[in-house]
Amino acid sequence: MIEVKDVHFAYPTGVKALRGVSLTIHDGDFIAIMGQNGAGKTTLVKHLNGLLKPTEGEVIVDKVKTKETSVAKLARKVGFVFQNPDHQLFCETVEEEVAFALKNFGFKEKATKKRVSWALNLLDLEGYRQTSPFMLSGGERKRVALASVLAWDPKYVILDEPTIGQDYQQKEKLRQFIIQLNAQEKTVIIVTHDVEFVAECNPRVVLMTDGKIVADGEAQKILTNEKLVAQASIVPPQITQIFLGLADLGLPTDIIDVHEAREVLITRLEATS
Amino acid sequence: MSVFEGFRFRKVSSPIHDLDPRVKFFYVCILFVIALMFNQLLPLIVLFFVPLPFVFMAGVQRQWLRSLKGAIFLATIIFATNLVSRYIYSGYVWSAIMLEESIALTFRFIVLVAAFSVFFLTTSPDHLGLALEQSHVPYEFCFAFTTAVRFVPVLAEEAQTIMDAQKARGLELERGNFLKRVRNYIPILIPLIVSAIRRSLELAEAMESRAWGTTKNRTNLYVLRLKTGDYGLVVISIALLIVATYIWLSVPIPTVTTLLHM
Repeated sequence: MIEVKDVHFAYPTGVKALRGVSLTIHDGDFIAIMGQNGAGKTTLVKHLNGLLKPTEGEVIVDKVKTKETSVAKLARKVGFVFQNPDHQLFCETVEEEVAFALKNFGFKEKATKKRVSWALNLLDLEGYRQTSPFMLSGGERKRVALASVLAWDPKYVILDEPTIGQDYQQKEKLRQFIIQLNAQEKTVIIVTHDVEFVAECNPRVVLMTDGKIVADGEAQKILTNEKLVAQASIVPPQITQIFLGLADLGLPTDIIDVHEAREVLITRLEATS
Repeated sequence: MSVFEGFRFRKVSSPIHDLDPRVKFFYVCILFVIALMFNQLLPLIVLFFVPLPFVFMAGVQRQWLRSLKGAIFLATIIFATNLVSRYIYSGYVWSAIMLEESIALTFRFIVLVAAFSVFFLTTSPDHLGLALEQSHVPYEFCFAFTTAVRFVPVLAEEAQTIMDAQKARGLELERGNFLKRVRNYIPILIPLIVSAIRRSLELAEAMESRAWGTTKNRTNLYVLRLKTGDYGLVVISIALLIVATYIWLSVPIPTVTTLLHM
């Protein structure tokens, strides 16, 4: 369990990025942190693995206060995949890249080998074992970055803007992958402003504006609330927009799932004909 | 990383910021020359206070003090080497004058730092590039210079992100002996260099697609012209130089040690 207790954070330049954030993340949760640029999403998740320490308040990861421990110790539990894979890739081969963190955490050689193979397999990178990560495409690099974090099997996985620069198929694969991770009892936290992606995943949504949490709850409740969504400068998913526009026909307005929408419409059409 | 904040371009307006960078540079050079003319403590102390009104008019006191603080380390070394070498040179005998001379030379360094930091704190990189261009430095060099300065804070920010990303993968920069610590920086340097090269290639493409270097004679939106204030500063600078030269040639300067004994 990760507890964020009334956290305030100001950067050395004086910019106040968080103004009193409280959040409890239970084991096995799947959370999407959403909000406009500069709302404090990334700042908040950087507190979860101790990269940033609160200027006020505290963050507690499995009963350990982040202020009292090191990033390296926290990282073993809290895996963080950064937005831009180019900010972390540096090894000569994909294999070494994935093994880097394992070596840092002191895994034995045999275990390292096993885990590298496991992670490469998981992300469909087996064929690129000996390739330089710099020769890969953007989507593949992103997968290498993901593999290099999942390799040490962290309990919590944070993904910062995982869908940026990905095409539809990659996104769909990523979605299935995240849901699979979550099904294996991993706690997954994604930071994103990709509304459609979140609507398809249907996680718990934490909405942020100006360094504060303005809403926290089911995606279906939050993404269909026009007022809340506008406050956070995002738009509802397309399917929701359609249903919001058809509200005068007496159709439900809290629809974010295309399949559900289909059911509702078919029932309605059958009733009228 | 806050060290690099100084390079961040801020549009500030003050009577000093608006002065012509060429004239400001001339003024700083005069201070430089005067500082080198004297090696006695008294005139150097006076010289230290000359740029002060400048600093206050520009409202950059805090940054100015910070850059002086940054000079303390080097100043201490200068002081120590002067004092020790004088001590050895005079055959291991202490004297007050030795101390004073060492302080004077340290002060000379501080005066130089103080004057130059006023210049850099009140002149934006763009302004500086413009001044270079109008002084007939080839445009390629001016552009390279301003671009380099402009990208320092960007790179610093990127370095910070890369450090975070690697720390999140369990990298501990402070671990191990000296050699190990140096090697710890490889995972940070490689992505940083790769992205800097990528960025420069992208920049080159963007520039070419905007017809960089098509004509020999570029025109500028802003052109530097000397205004009343600039002429005023030129006059002040020359007056300072004349007074300093007069004192240097014909006024005997007492040392602080003799003054204290009177």
